[in-house]
Amino acid sequence: MTLAIEALINGRKAREDVDAFVAANSFPIVSGPNCTFVWRGEAQAVHLKHWVFGLERSQQLARIEGTDIWHLTLQLPPGSRVEYKLEVVRNGHGEWIQDPLNPNRARDPFGANSVVHATGYEVPSWVNPDPTAAKGHLDEIWIDSKTFGRRGFGLYIPARFQRSRNYPVIVAHDGHDYVRYASLDTVLDNLIDRLEIADTIVVLTSSPDRLNEYADDERHAKFVTEELLPYVERLLPISAEPQNRCLMGASFGAVASMSTALRYPGFYGRLLLQSGSFAFTDIGDRNHRGPLFDRIVQMVNRYRAEPNVIAEKVYVSVGTYESLIYENRTLVPVLNSTGMDVRYVEARDGHNWENWRDRLRDGLSWLLPGPFLHVYE
Amino acid sequence: MTRKVVLLGPQGPTPDVGAVVKDLGIKGPVALVRAGYQERESDDEALVTALGVPAINLTLHARGNDVFKHEAEFATAYQARQQRLRQMQRLYHTRLEGTEEAAKRISLRYVEPELLAQEEKVSVDQYRYMDLDHIERCQAVRAAFDKEWPYKNVPLIAQHRHEVRELVGPTEALVITGGHVASLLNRLQLFDVLAAAGDRPIIAWSAGAMVLTDRIILFHDYPPYGSDIAQVLDAGSGLVPGYAVLPDARRRINLGAAAGIQRFARRMAPATCVAMDHGARMVFDDGELVYADATRLTTTGDAERNWSGEASRFSTPYLGGVHV
Repeated sequence: MTLAIEALINGRKAREDVDAFVAANSFPIVSGPNCTFVWRGEAQAVHLKHWVFGLERSQQLARIEGTDIWHLTLQLPPGSRVEYKLEVVRNGHGEWIQDPLNPNRARDPFGANSVVHATGYEVPSWVNPDPTAAKGHLDEIWIDSKTFGRRGFGLYIPARFQRSRNYPVIVAHDGHDYVRYASLDTVLDNLIDRLEIADTIVVLTSSPDRLNEYADDERHAKFVTEELLPYVERLLPISAEPQNRCLMGASFGAVASMSTALRYPGFYGRLLLQSGSFAFTDIGDRNHRGPLFDRIVQMVNRYRAEPNVIAEKVYVSVGTYESLIYENRTLVPVLNSTGMDVRYVEARDGHNWENWRDRLRDGLSWLLPGPFLHVYE
Repeated sequence: MTRKVVLLGPQGPTPDVGAVVKDLGIKGPVALVRAGYQERESDDEALVTALGVPAINLTLHARGNDVFKHEAEFATAYQARQQRLRQMQRLYHTRLEGTEEAAKRISLRYVEPELLAQEEKVSVDQYRYMDLDHIERCQAVRAAFDKEWPYKNVPLIAQHRHEVRELVGPTEALVITGGHVASLLNRLQLFDVLAAAGDRPIIAWSAGAMVLTDRIILFHDYPPYGSDIAQVLDAGSGLVPGYAVLPDARRRINLGAAAGIQRFARRMAPATCVAMDHGARMVFDDGELVYADATRLTTTGDAERNWSGEASRFSTPYLGGVHV
């Protein structure tokens, strides 16, 4: 199979030919397993910067002689979704930019990255607003916490909310970011409307010091369990059954979820752990990831030594392109050994919000299934 | 006089229930149960138009809410019963998953095919045992509740039952729509609607059809989390015994998976498994099937389309197991 870029390399390279090449393709050019990244302009060098664990993080694009086109072709497995930037080097200085030829962007707290969708990847339909789906309501509330002082948190209230019913509750760590970068509110609207997940109240928490508070900090678990949830229970009809209490989070948020469940056994029945930063050691107590992980290492090491039941059902997901796949793959058999119901999913994606977004349907419908199994119209 | 029951497939945007009403010579009015639609049960305008005859909506869901609102002690006990049933359902499902996993692992063993066939039969027997046990235990929970809370001792229920009987009185038939099957089953029982209907013809579809059988099956081959195993919810009313009704089959069942169909049909035997899509119809006189146009799932793994209800080469039931 001839790649589109090869036609340019081997063909005429007049300016109008290059213009025609750029106009005729969408970028990166995805053809079967091949993804060709292209940048056009004057520079000393251009590099592809990505976060795919196992591949060279910085890869140089080659210039097609006689043109201002730079290119690099990588082979990506089917279904891959890869975030990247381009580094353009001029006057000895590199500048990281989003790919100007690629309109696909993924936002995160640090800005935005360009995204390539390899063959077989499709943005799930349920992440986009559905005009026919009833919309839930987002609210912002303040709590005067004995542990952390005055702190705001968000609430997602499902459409058709009724005070006479009892609702499952999810505490979403970094919940505001889940809404901003993983469309959590839209996903909930759609999945509830499709009857795939239960009508659920979601508490969106955010921490000004998440790297400390989420890293197996007793204060955090106490805040969530003894202050935040009782406060929400006073405001809204929340089910008292453990199987209707779920903790979720990604990265350090997953650690906070597991740590909180560990400290309150029997209280939380459901956990959704995405790309958890579950660092551990097999010898010694210092992990290569640095001191921020020290408390996590102790927690995970303790758990690996004496695994116990921390919920009824645990959903674990991780990207195959992130370094944390090692930690998550290692944790899963430990969780399984306790007899908990564990579901483990890997995706060809990285440590990013859209990876976490794309797993929400699978995870939430398994943890808190809606009435789709009971409804026959 | 015989009681006629007509089961239909999902009605969708082009309902065929009006033709059935006409075939039965019903001029109306009919009593209408839309409790499966819960809060939306009163949105019946399009359906009444499709019926072609006047209809009296029995508003069972709203009546239930009225009872729960005003009979606090009863409501608490009722919710506790429902919670127990839900917990039992989850635990039974966990057992089914364990058996499913074991069956898969055993089917991959390097042993003689004849031994694998024996083991497959053991797996099916285990499902059958668990299904029956689940139904019996659900029924025991319901019986204990009914004993503790005789409905005649709850004045508001007695009043609503009386009103339902009064409303059904002048009607010529009972029509039960689809919706949430557990909600529908519970409301029909709470207000004793089938008894109120007496010998009137009943026309029902989807969840409405499921609750008239003796065994309600929850199923979906394509759940959002990937895959799942069919499970029994509870016993139905048993007006049409011996059939496992599976509505909306094209969307919910992998009809090309012969092994899955075979295992399911053997698990349900001697009940006949009937997939009912839009346009399907089964007609019963006093519980006896007199007409069918549906798809039968057979113990040999076939989806027998245009099944007319007659015996065929697929009719030999799979009679393994201790509970046949």
